[in-house]
Amino acid sequence: MELRKDYFADVRKDGLNEIGQPRPRLDSPGHVTGKTAYFSDRNFPGMLHLKMVRSPHHHARIRSIDTSEAEKHPGVVRVLTAKDVPHNVYTILILIQIGPEDETVLADGKVRWKGEAVVAVLAETERAAQEAAAKVKVDYEVLPAVFDMEEALKPGAPIVNEYHGQNYYLYDSGECRKVRFGDVEAGFAEADHILEQTYQSSPIEHAPTETTGCVVAPEGNDRFTCYTNTQAMFFTLDNASIILQMPGSKLHFVGGTVGGGFGGKVDVIVEPIAILGAKLTGRPVCFIYSREEEMQISSPRAAEKVVIKDGVMKDGRIVARKVTGYTDAGAYSRHSPYGAQKGAAHYPGPYTIPNVWIDTYCVYTNRTPSSAMRGFGVTIGDFALEVQMDKLARLIGMDPLEFRFINAYRDGDMKAHRQPTEGAALIECMQEASRAANWPVAEKFMAMSSYRKGA
Amino acid sequence: MAKVPVQFTLNGSEKAEFIESGTTLLHALRDKIGDTSPKGGCHQGTCGACSVIIDGELKLSCLTLAETCNGADIRTTAGLAEAGVLHPLQRAFLDAFATQCGFCTPGVIMAAKVLLDRTPNPSREDVVEALSGNICRCTGYEPIIQAVLAAARANSQNAA
Repeated sequence: MELRKDYFADVRKDGLNEIGQPRPRLDSPGHVTGKTAYFSDRNFPGMLHLKMVRSPHHHARIRSIDTSEAEKHPGVVRVLTAKDVPHNVYTILILIQIGPEDETVLADGKVRWKGEAVVAVLAETERAAQEAAAKVKVDYEVLPAVFDMEEALKPGAPIVNEYHGQNYYLYDSGECRKVRFGDVEAGFAEADHILEQTYQSSPIEHAPTETTGCVVAPEGNDRFTCYTNTQAMFFTLDNASIILQMPGSKLHFVGGTVGGGFGGKVDVIVEPIAILGAKLTGRPVCFIYSREEEMQISSPRAAEKVVIKDGVMKDGRIVARKVTGYTDAGAYSRHSPYGAQKGAAHYPGPYTIPNVWIDTYCVYTNRTPSSAMRGFGVTIGDFALEVQMDKLARLIGMDPLEFRFINAYRDGDMKAHRQPTEGAALIECMQEASRAANWPVAEKFMAMSSYRKGA
Repeated sequence: MAKVPVQFTLNGSEKAEFIESGTTLLHALRDKIGDTSPKGGCHQGTCGACSVIIDGELKLSCLTLAETCNGADIRTTAGLAEAGVLHPLQRAFLDAFATQCGFCTPGVIMAAKVLLDRTPNPSREDVVEALSGNICRCTGYEPIIQAVLAAARANSQNAA
């Protein structure tokens, strides 16, 4: 690989000696010998198995829960319901002051999605836990559910999550995250062409080869060691501390090798209830998602809908962009308010557009809560934006790569969210791409630079 | 649940256990015997992470009952290195950057070993076919295929 050292020669630190050099992976010897320790490779004598009783309904009121038959099942040690959880309502991002707490550890009074955890069963064997879980009787009153984001936003739609009071996340800017820059209507009035398109995506499951889970061992001094495959060690530790009302010093988290995650293991779902089980029984507890649970219960990437309206001039300049984005959070927030917010910042794209108007909604529906997955909030947006860019170029009969050169942001340009552009390299990347792909562009574009004098 | 005696050879050493009838070989190896190199990814025979070699055949330990393994010769990735010296396949996986999270790796290596034991000079298609039962979600299959081909080349050079 050739390193181009002429780019940003005045700002870069040189003497790089790692890029382009092969280095052995530190963890590989453990992987190829089967010695790498994943959380479930820890086994403790007397370990209990935790199985969840899950909601078969998308939206229902819980009239009653009867665990008596399950408790009598041979091998069952303890059955946990909402009342056993010290602080049963939480939200992951409360740690960075993003509330309200809106998700129950074990359902309390209501279930809001099909698969929601209602009762936890702890038993001597996996089979006993499974059989006992099947004996838990939950009496549900099924409620109307809403699965479509625009339906959920209509007046009179069933309220998914009472902790919010409405079916959208309330940002400090109101019912959606807003970006306002210039005068978008004036931009459209001036434009030679206007193109409005809608892009939609489905939820995507991460499907890590190793399913989500943890193994908890009581240390005997009211302290608990939790071996987990979380991708967010301290979010998990701190949330567990809040949920269990235990100081963090009582919780010893051991992470390390994660058998695939892709963002799907940043939620705080298995650890708090497994630690609670270990605390209440005094025994080690393992809680591992079955493959079926991993596919149906773990958070997927959010379904999104993006409506983009662009005003473009014949010479290729985009003069106005209006975007309405919808992120399907499912029944609970998890990381989705943040994902939708990232979308708002991202929709102008790496382009300098003088008039921008963006609304992104984080919408609650009775679907599996969505959460983090590789660039969540911006990946679907990028797909939509770049397809839109190609369509715009075609509309005005321009080469799509040249069209991007015209609109590419360069140092000193003001972005729609009023952050001046610094250290841009888009022009240079496109120039390299043009050469590598043998997709020639006019000489004037090859002479451009992201760096502007005086910027 | 009735316990049944099971005896087999694991990576060259004799094992004798009393195991609950119905226990899978995967659970027996991991929970009773303490060889955690076979991994449980799906427990339904689709991901290949639990692959082991039984009497020379590639088997899914999550679908094999331990009690059917009486007298069997069982090989797992944990027993592949001899006296601390990596097997050519293990060496090739290191050199080819063919591991990432590593969860699928032991199963993939077992599948590759069965292939190379039977077909010392496999074609790329042979490798793809042999590994078709192993799911990897992060590395991508290309480095893995390259590693297996490299191990085959290393073997044939050693033999020559």
